[in-house]
Amino acid sequence: MTSTPVLEPGQDRTMILNMGPHHPSTHGVLRLILEIDGETVVRMMPDIGYLHTGIEKTCEAKFYQQVVPLTDRIDYLCPMTNNLCYVLAVEKLLGLEIPPKAQWLRVMMNELTRINSHLVWLGTHAMDIGALTVFLYCFREREDVLRLFEAISGQRMMTSYFRIGGVALEPPLGFFDRVRDFANRFPSKVDEYENLLTGNPIWTMRTKGVARITAEDAIALGASGPTLRGSGVDFDLRRDMPYSGYENFKFKVPVSQEGDVFARYICRVQELRESIAIVQQALDGMPEGPIKADAPKVVLPDREKMKTQMEALIYHFKIITEGFAVPAGEVYQAVESPRGEMGYYVVSDGTAKPYRVHMRAACLANLQLLPKMCEGRLLADVVAAIGSIDIVLGEIDR
Amino acid sequence: MPITPAVTDLEALKDHPAVAKLRGWNSAAVEGAKFDRDEMTIYIERSSIRDACVILRDDPACPFNYLSDVTCVDWYPSQPRFEVVYQLLSIPKKERVRLKVRLDGESPAVESVTSVWPGANYFEREVFDLFGIRFAGHPYLRRIQMPEDWEGHPLRKDYPVEGYR
Repeated sequence: MTSTPVLEPGQDRTMILNMGPHHPSTHGVLRLILEIDGETVVRMMPDIGYLHTGIEKTCEAKFYQQVVPLTDRIDYLCPMTNNLCYVLAVEKLLGLEIPPKAQWLRVMMNELTRINSHLVWLGTHAMDIGALTVFLYCFREREDVLRLFEAISGQRMMTSYFRIGGVALEPPLGFFDRVRDFANRFPSKVDEYENLLTGNPIWTMRTKGVARITAEDAIALGASGPTLRGSGVDFDLRRDMPYSGYENFKFKVPVSQEGDVFARYICRVQELRESIAIVQQALDGMPEGPIKADAPKVVLPDREKMKTQMEALIYHFKIITEGFAVPAGEVYQAVESPRGEMGYYVVSDGTAKPYRVHMRAACLANLQLLPKMCEGRLLADVVAAIGSIDIVLGEIDR
Repeated sequence: MPITPAVTDLEALKDHPAVAKLRGWNSAAVEGAKFDRDEMTIYIERSSIRDACVILRDDPACPFNYLSDVTCVDWYPSQPRFEVVYQLLSIPKKERVRLKVRLDGESPAVESVTSVWPGANYFEREVFDLFGIRFAGHPYLRRIQMPEDWEGHPLRKDYPVEGYR
């Protein structure tokens, strides 16, 4: 539509516009410094760090099991994905075998988390562009997912449901029926969102051909997740490098070729349908058995056993007060979060506290695409582009 | 799955495609290798990291075309103090490899890989900000998470968890 404007020498036609950190469409505290010529963005520089809390440093002062609640707070829209990535990394360091039921529960909750995250993305993204109604529809279903989280973990957002060696609690009575009820209802709700948006001429005008990124640029800049697949790169960690039993599930990986805002939108909406299909499969094939690994030195004993068995009480006391030692080594575990490749690099020096925990934030890499997407385009497209890469500032800043 | 002991003998690992490729290119650049918990780590000599990344990225047999992550580990007080860690991913072959560069504690610096993958920009800025490692050739090496006027590098091990009060 518009090409990059060329500034004539000696003429000072551009101005600097400060967008954020308190701009509603920056999804948190992202600050963009824009150099604009009229309404066209000439140069853009994201400025981050407003939400930096030093979680990586805090982790080094905690026992391994105490880090799990911190991981919730990194990407607060998909707490269980963060839990999963961290516990998988530590379990790999420990060499722990996880029982099948715990793995399937993790997959199921992880996909519900993806639905939760995508619904927030869809609602806010549509609202940014002007489709206010979608927000209410999305948050209606998101409320159902949060109720399921509350039922299984006791928390709506900061769930901390996954533990090193398994999951925290047995699902309550009737929980699977509630999930099935939701899974049966949800596909028709996705149809509703699509009826509002996919064929909507205003929506397509605001999104098609906007903020294009090629596959080469996306790979070079480190994009991942739907942002990468929207540019035609067929890569999904769940299918291509499976973890936590994802190899047992059948699902399609949506890919679009155009690389614009609409392509990323279509990828995510189709992912909603695939996620609910995975949840259905998990419900159908949920194995019986324990939900925690048989590793008394690592996994907390059941409350009942603590009241009747001396050993259980001792182990409980030791884990809580001293933690557990993890053999020295290092592990990089990556999972497919709703936003892309979320990776945890955990280094152990053989003690009960991690020597180093580093989170590879998908959003931090995806944010680097933003100047490439927006330079030479209209200021209004910046808002569409930010929404389309689905950033969470908590994860970027950590 | 019990843990198998780590293999650190370079000769035993010479058949790994990334190790073979790098040794075939310049055997002096490979300082060592480690295979532990199904993950491959290759120690690269400090001055050849950028070229090693180019070699691995452009390898037609197994192109490590995607840089997942750059980070750092501080082994204070032992020397060499810092390890800069690069996580490489091959999207076509679905393989991972980890490259490491060891750096001394005195004014640590290493060549930037932003010319290989522009996506390394923010990762290297973060390592510079939180560890104080300089990346030569980086286009915009400024603090990214901490305020501009912050003193010290918080993720170093000699920096207290609660900060300087």
